[in-house]
Amino acid sequence: MGSYILKRLLLAVPVIFGITVIVFLIMAMIPGDPATAILGSYATPENVARLNRDLGLDQPLVARYFIWLGNMLHGDFGQSFSLNRPVIDEVLERFNNTLILAGTSFVLCTVFGILAGVVSAARQYGFADKAITFVVLLGISIPSFFLGMMMILIFAVDLQWLPVSGMYAIYGGGDLPDLLHHLTMPALALAVVATGVVARLSRSAMLEVLRQDFIRTARAKGVKEGRVIWGHALRAAMVSIIPVLGIQAGFVLSGAVYIEIVFQWPGIGRMLVDAILQRDILLVQGGVVFVAACYVIFNIIVDVAQSLLDPRIKT
Amino acid sequence: MSAFFKLLARNRLALGGLIVMGLVVALALITPLLPLVDPDATNTANRFLPPFSDGALLGTDALGRDLLSRLLWGTRLSLAVGFAAALFAAVAGAAVGIIAGFYGGRTDNIIMRAVDMLMAFPYILLALAIVAALGPGLVNALIAVSVVNIPFFARNIRGITVGLANKEFVDAAKLAGMSNARIITSEILPNVVPVIVIAMSTTIGWMILETAGLSFLGLGSQPPQADLGSMLGEARSALITNPHTSVIPGIMILIIVMSINLLGDGVRDALDPRLKSGALSRPMAATRVDRKHTPAPEARTEGILSLENLRTEFHVKDRIYKAVSGVSLSVKPGECLGVIGESGSGKSVTALSIMGLVASPPGVITGGAARLEGRDMIGARYGDLRTLRGRRVAYIFQDPLATLHPLYKVGDQLVEAISSHRAISKSEGRAKAIELLKSVRIPNAEERVDSYPHEMSGGMRQRVGIAMALANDPDVIIADEPTTALDVTVQAQILSLLDDLRRERGLAIVFITHDFGVVAQLCDRVAVMYAGRIVEEGPTMEILRAPAHPYTARLIACVPELGAGKRKLEAIPGLPPSVDALPAGCAFADRCLKAQPSCKEGEILLEGTGSRAVRCLYPELSLSKETA
Amino acid sequence: MSIALQITDLSKTFPVGKKLFGGATGGVKAVHPMTLSVQTGETLGIVGESGCGKSTLARMLVGLLPATTGTIEIEGSALDNADPAEFGKRIQYVFQDPISSLNPRKTIRQIMDAPLKLLHGMDRKAREKRILEIFDSVNLRADFLDRYPHEFSGGQAQRIGIARALAAQARILILDEPVSALDVSVQAQVLNLLADLKREFGLTYLFISHDLAVVEAVSDRIAVLYFGSVVEEGRAEEIFAHPRHPYTKLLAESAPVVGRALSDPEDGHAELPNPLDPPPGCAFAMRCPYATDKCRDAAPELEQIGDDQRVACFHPLPAGPL
Repeated sequence: MGSYILKRLLLAVPVIFGITVIVFLIMAMIPGDPATAILGSYATPENVARLNRDLGLDQPLVARYFIWLGNMLHGDFGQSFSLNRPVIDEVLERFNNTLILAGTSFVLCTVFGILAGVVSAARQYGFADKAITFVVLLGISIPSFFLGMMMILIFAVDLQWLPVSGMYAIYGGGDLPDLLHHLTMPALALAVVATGVVARLSRSAMLEVLRQDFIRTARAKGVKEGRVIWGHALRAAMVSIIPVLGIQAGFVLSGAVYIEIVFQWPGIGRMLVDAILQRDILLVQGGVVFVAACYVIFNIIVDVAQSLLDPRIKT
Repeated sequence: MSAFFKLLARNRLALGGLIVMGLVVALALITPLLPLVDPDATNTANRFLPPFSDGALLGTDALGRDLLSRLLWGTRLSLAVGFAAALFAAVAGAAVGIIAGFYGGRTDNIIMRAVDMLMAFPYILLALAIVAALGPGLVNALIAVSVVNIPFFARNIRGITVGLANKEFVDAAKLAGMSNARIITSEILPNVVPVIVIAMSTTIGWMILETAGLSFLGLGSQPPQADLGSMLGEARSALITNPHTSVIPGIMILIIVMSINLLGDGVRDALDPRLKSGALSRPMAATRVDRKHTPAPEARTEGILSLENLRTEFHVKDRIYKAVSGVSLSVKPGECLGVIGESGSGKSVTALSIMGLVASPPGVITGGAARLEGRDMIGARYGDLRTLRGRRVAYIFQDPLATLHPLYKVGDQLVEAISSHRAISKSEGRAKAIELLKSVRIPNAEERVDSYPHEMSGGMRQRVGIAMALANDPDVIIADEPTTALDVTVQAQILSLLDDLRRERGLAIVFITHDFGVVAQLCDRVAVMYAGRIVEEGPTMEILRAPAHPYTARLIACVPELGAGKRKLEAIPGLPPSVDALPAGCAFADRCLKAQPSCKEGEILLEGTGSRAVRCLYPELSLSKETA
Repeated sequence: MSIALQITDLSKTFPVGKKLFGGATGGVKAVHPMTLSVQTGETLGIVGESGCGKSTLARMLVGLLPATTGTIEIEGSALDNADPAEFGKRIQYVFQDPISSLNPRKTIRQIMDAPLKLLHGMDRKAREKRILEIFDSVNLRADFLDRYPHEFSGGQAQRIGIARALAAQARILILDEPVSALDVSVQAQVLNLLADLKREFGLTYLFISHDLAVVEAVSDRIAVLYFGSVVEEGRAEEIFAHPRHPYTKLLAESAPVVGRALSDPEDGHAELPNPLDPPPGCAFAMRCPYATDKCRDAAPELEQIGDDQRVACFHPLPAGPL
């Protein structure tokens, strides 16, 4: 097991390396001169040239890449000009907030998605199946940002149950109940789409498994139906559900961008959109690489979970 | 193609989706012809008019622009971008996937590593980075959304292509002289297209959402031009004061995406061949029973298990397949009854019907009884049936790899067979599992108990299957072709094991097979099935020596026997009738050399004396009393 | 009699533990160097259990799989480039699963057209005529031509598969378990058809099967494969009646035969050797009741024994009935 984890971690190194190359190349395609953007109205030719030298932008592309990579390996992601603070500080703080939001949503979508999928499959064509199928369809068809806006209208403006936006109350907030109070709506809005996807997939995975011969064997030996469904069938279906959970985590992270904007959540998605609009390239690069690397690590965890579940995977 | 539309139309939800989608698309197409105000014409005097105002049916936005006009033009734009993105991603992804999947090896490895690399990004990061590089704009958003979706298509299509590339018909095409390029276009592509269509129809809604999302963030369509996403984005600041500006485009996106998803599901269902055959239905815990007449409660006393006039049908769409039409059998303790027949004869369905294990839907038991010591199990409550399964009547199935759960240790599967019927402690269970493995002569049972099925050979797995059947000391074992998937040397071992066990334990065995050699060696009596009925029954040796039914006789003659050297084989011309259109009279009459007109009329009974019976008007050997 | 097919030292090793760049870390020998010949007009049966390498051998013979070592000669001339189209004109293949060997999205006519057009460059009219001739000889109706494969039963589909192989006009056919997916009554129809075609067109067959009785019924000579090697070869009527190799004997005794009492000839548990770590000596030694230390140390070569039997065993069984 230990050697399997080590092997997976080693395999992640080239992937993360590749991610830095892709991000760097995409950013290098940006037309125009970052120094001009940074300096704005102070962009005299002398200033631009000096800033380019300071930023190392006068070097050839490959050299610039390795300088950037080398600095990152030392924990130096550069300085954000728009925020005037180290990229890594900003990214860590923002990513932490995103994790709270996306993590909650991920747990919600996993639990409710699998639950709904299994119930739906076990009652195929029954009332529960039809109801779940319809709700799931609605869930995957509604844009999460629109759902968020409607939730604000209903639960914050009309019913005034929950705060409109933000992560903590401006005055006197900051404790856990306050966070939960603020988290409820965005986390739910974010979870809806992913729950729908997980539920659909779990349903079809379960239906696939329920037709297998080993389910008939379990029934033939007198195993109780509840255990057939929630034990034998779900266990086997998890083999195809778990990899999708890994992909779903990426979708939740992606959806978080919209939700953070709608609910003014101070997460990394909002930071990235702002950074793009302001052409703060180092902040975009740093943010994207950091999140992508975390996502790679998360997928290793998913793979390890998969290998624990399925003895046929060689460890 | 027409069948496809028929299937689509039968699905009412998909039809609804199609109609709504059609309306939306039609509206988008005729938008330029409609008498609409210029969607970008601002009129700050009339800002935030509510819906149903004069001159603005849906009201106006923050700059006083007509919302109806903006909505229709925006829909047009959103649809166009969504479709274009889906098409581009599908075509590019499919091309990459087919090449990787077909050529395999290093090509595949390198392409898929690159795809994995792209998939290592949460998709929006990549999209954001691309938009950041190309600059905000609708076309750039389209490119970004397409590019991030290529890996999903590529992976999906590659998987399908790998499956196809290993099919025998691709080998056959190579031998027919086709080049790789021709194989891809003429053999692979036609089989991949439905998958591409399915993937596209189920992701197009998603693409529309994603492009709308980028526009919502201000990275897609740029003012004054608006698609639905940017309308929502612009309206967000006025969400609380003037919600209608947000609600209108939001609902439109919902309507479009939902109708596309409904339609997409319908397309998927219509194109998936497994759905046509009802094969994607979930089998219920017990076969559905729908008996017109409940048989009389008194039972024949002979035998521990007896079937009376059992009828099992498969109801698929409007067709009824009579898989088993009136089978009566019985087996005594310590006896082995063989049920022999070709594929489609109903032998396995008969065996599975006994404990309600026929997949349902589509299976229905429509008549007869299956009595265990006089107690009818057809139509028994599920709870009662379950306590009998495995405890009194146990099954051994054909393919031991598919019939054992791949993720549980064999020991745990054995213990579960016991613990489903009585409480058993962990240590007792393990000891019992080891004992069971030893009883089927598995070496190193103490170690094997912790193995997974995939770690064992086929013969060992089938021993585990037998051990599982023995776990509760059942009275009857129903073995459904237990050695068909095994090599001949392993088959000999399994058969002699079964034979020893029934003699030691007084088991009644119902042995389903297609192999006369196996029947001859193992079974005391044999029933020959054809087209859902027993055509002949009696002691094995007598039937093999002197078959009475012409089918039995001809079938025995077909089987080559070892030791007779090179020779011409007897064959039975023609095919068995399909069980959804059985002829009147004898089902074998069309293939029978002795058939008379009377064979094709009325019901022919299974009749005989003593231990033998035959369902034939002109048997090879008369079993009636006069000549006996 | 001339030699139709001669294989010399043909072997196949599948690499395992392949890296993205660079070579494999090891190999599994699916077929050990093998030398066999088939006379023109003869049927050579190849029999063996799962994992014996019979399908790998078949796929090498038609060029679907490149051989690791060895040569294939057809009617005296070598076939060394692994181009299936070049092979296709001289040696053809009939697949085990008749349905999956036909592309579900093509009509039978399209399937039949391919070899005629691509291997022989026939024009439309000539193809039409030829297809009808072939269909007539395999007892298929011409109106089947415009149907799709799923409309056919297994037996009919296998006739179509045979018709396609005939269309290439190769004189050697590799029949890879051609009837094991079929019911016995249909199996006999197809086997008899194959026998008729062979006589009519002067074909040479290599008939691969796991079913001893079927192989014996159709073959002139039979080679028994075990773990990638030929362990015994001889005339069909002799080899199972008077086996000289203990494995052949085991096979013959294991086959269920009417009138013979049930017995487990091995009285134990036969397991194949691990292909990743094959034993140094005879692969059958671990199951063989006659094995000695010599058998476990060195692998026996295939050697002539009796008139026309070859056996790879240090301690062959005495001649005479079972």
